[in-house]
Amino acid sequence: MQKFTVLDGLVVPLDRANVDTDAIIPKQFLKSIKRAGFGPNLFDEWRYLDHGESGMDNSKRKPNPDFVLNQPRYQGAQILLARENFGCGSSREHAPWALEDYGFRAIIATSFADIFFNNCFKNGLLPIRLSAEQVDALFKAVAANVGYKLTIDLERQTITAPDGTVYKFEVEIFRKHCLLNGLDDISLTLQHVAEIKAYEAKRRAAQPWLFL
Amino acid sequence: MGTQTLYDKLWNAHVVRQEADGTALIYIDRHLVHEVTSPQAFEGLRLAGRKPWRIASMLAVADHNVPTTGRAQGIADPISRLQVDTLDQNCEELGITEFKMSDVRQGIVHVIGPEQGATLPGMTVVCGDSHTSTHGAFAALAFGIGTSEVEHVMATQCLLMKKAKAMRVVVDGALHKSVTAKDIALAVIGKIGTAGGTGFAIEFSGSTIRGLSMEGRMTVCNMSIEAGARAGMIAADDMTINYLKGRPFAPQGELWDKAVSYWRTLHSDDGAKFDAVVKLDAAQIKPQVTWGTSPEMVVAVDGRVPDPATMSDAVKREGAERALLYMGLKANTPIAEIKIDKVFIGSCTNARIEDLRAAAVIARGKHIAANVKLAMVVPGSGLVKRQAEQEGLDKIFIAAGFEWREPGCSMCLAMNDDKLLPGERCASTSNRNFEGRQGSGGRTHLVSPEMAAAAAIAGHFVDVSK
Repeated sequence: MQKFTVLDGLVVPLDRANVDTDAIIPKQFLKSIKRAGFGPNLFDEWRYLDHGESGMDNSKRKPNPDFVLNQPRYQGAQILLARENFGCGSSREHAPWALEDYGFRAIIATSFADIFFNNCFKNGLLPIRLSAEQVDALFKAVAANVGYKLTIDLERQTITAPDGTVYKFEVEIFRKHCLLNGLDDISLTLQHVAEIKAYEAKRRAAQPWLFL
Repeated sequence: MGTQTLYDKLWNAHVVRQEADGTALIYIDRHLVHEVTSPQAFEGLRLAGRKPWRIASMLAVADHNVPTTGRAQGIADPISRLQVDTLDQNCEELGITEFKMSDVRQGIVHVIGPEQGATLPGMTVVCGDSHTSTHGAFAALAFGIGTSEVEHVMATQCLLMKKAKAMRVVVDGALHKSVTAKDIALAVIGKIGTAGGTGFAIEFSGSTIRGLSMEGRMTVCNMSIEAGARAGMIAADDMTINYLKGRPFAPQGELWDKAVSYWRTLHSDDGAKFDAVVKLDAAQIKPQVTWGTSPEMVVAVDGRVPDPATMSDAVKREGAERALLYMGLKANTPIAEIKIDKVFIGSCTNARIEDLRAAAVIARGKHIAANVKLAMVVPGSGLVKRQAEQEGLDKIFIAAGFEWREPGCSMCLAMNDDKLLPGERCASTSNRNFEGRQGSGGRTHLVSPEMAAAAAIAGHFVDVSK
């Protein structure tokens, strides 16, 4: 997994609540058996005027000029700014895969759906919760300033705006440790094989019907 | 130990170890697998040279991509076919039990788990699918996971997670005629919102919930995720135990007795503390219909499409305006005047035998309206389909103009050929009315099976409780 330490990135505002994972990556692209290559179809139904299917040459499709990701000033954005309940709905990890593949490294929103939030950390993507007032202020600042960038420092748990405003954010210690060091969960868990086996043996004795 | 919630009991029984910050390693008893969210996990396992920890804990089925007609010809779309073939190959290679497309036991993963007795009280149940919350109806701790976690469970039989907060939703009283578990679920979401349960595990309780069948309880727990809660659950009781007795994966003989005595402890203790409590009066719940593009955008069938201009919260107002534009609806339109083009009765929410029976009662001796282009019934599993056919339900539906299909997820998410065309409006018993969910540009109204069948007959929404 890619490490996340300090990010100085361009911000793109997606001003709507309840952005679901069906919108982030529509179902027709979930047929892939690969983990990569979802970026070109990120937000497909909003991003293009025609209907997309997997295997299409996206360079020949008609982009929707009104969709924020298509506006010239937001090209190369690495930070997505959104409203409440971002990533709700389906558990598809293709959603963080698509965001990461497009180039995003962080998402700032009022709140996130639980499964999506969890999936982000497995993919080097940092979801940050800020208060509704703070998110509102950021939406206004992005709209007012072309090329608006934020600096996210995971170690210090801070977001620094160009005017010097510093927003503190919360992140669980364990998740932070994994993200800072790009650690893979499975190898960490496998350090506890003996404990898992001991638990399993105890459980097998007490509730043998679970092991039929 | 003190007094514990059902969630406390399930959680505590599965903690292998705990870190200082509260992150715990949780043991997983049952791992359900489907074709869409597993290929990358199998591939990751293979690349790392790892094997699944406990193959007997796994049960696999292809459900999202499977066609609901012409099964004998296989899957026409080569990309869908490859995904299903990949699941078959992975299961064969590793010796994982899989119900293939031709197997009568094949069906939607959240229908077949309970049907086979593979979901048992006291278990932790996971699947790379958000509607895994369904299995909580059996007093199990069941929740959806991403593909990285699917691989993690395969490799370690565990998951790293933090305990959620506990919410109790209490529904008391008698339901009106033709008000169903689906209406309870939608009413709860309407009350707390699609993010109301975020960070919580919800326990549904109260006399109304106790009075629901296992099918109804599954419908309620299934929709927990639409309220933002990863897990929903209901205490075990006689209904739970009677449902499971004799199912293929359930224990038998002495082990059954031993299991039952443990299962009887799976309820919240009197006086157990919850972080949040939400109460609903069953008598106040009417048949529900969603009008927008989020399940929280819901009203009673005798209501009207809301007017965004009356909403004080700017984010909510803009969301409602956008939803009405997408749905092609005008504010203040009576719900009963909304005409529909298609009807979908199916999905992990509402494709069990009881759902089909309820819809058949409405359809019996009637015919779908002239403006309804397609009304389809997609049973949740091959066994549900067979049972329905033994009861003659298929004949009732076919005579009424419905199509009787093969089991699968079908038009709940439209990954196969069953989809809405742009602008088409559908009365659907599924769980999500998101933009494009049932097909690009399609417009979904979530309802109960009775409401969907009645809408098919009338050509517009009608109040089945009247």
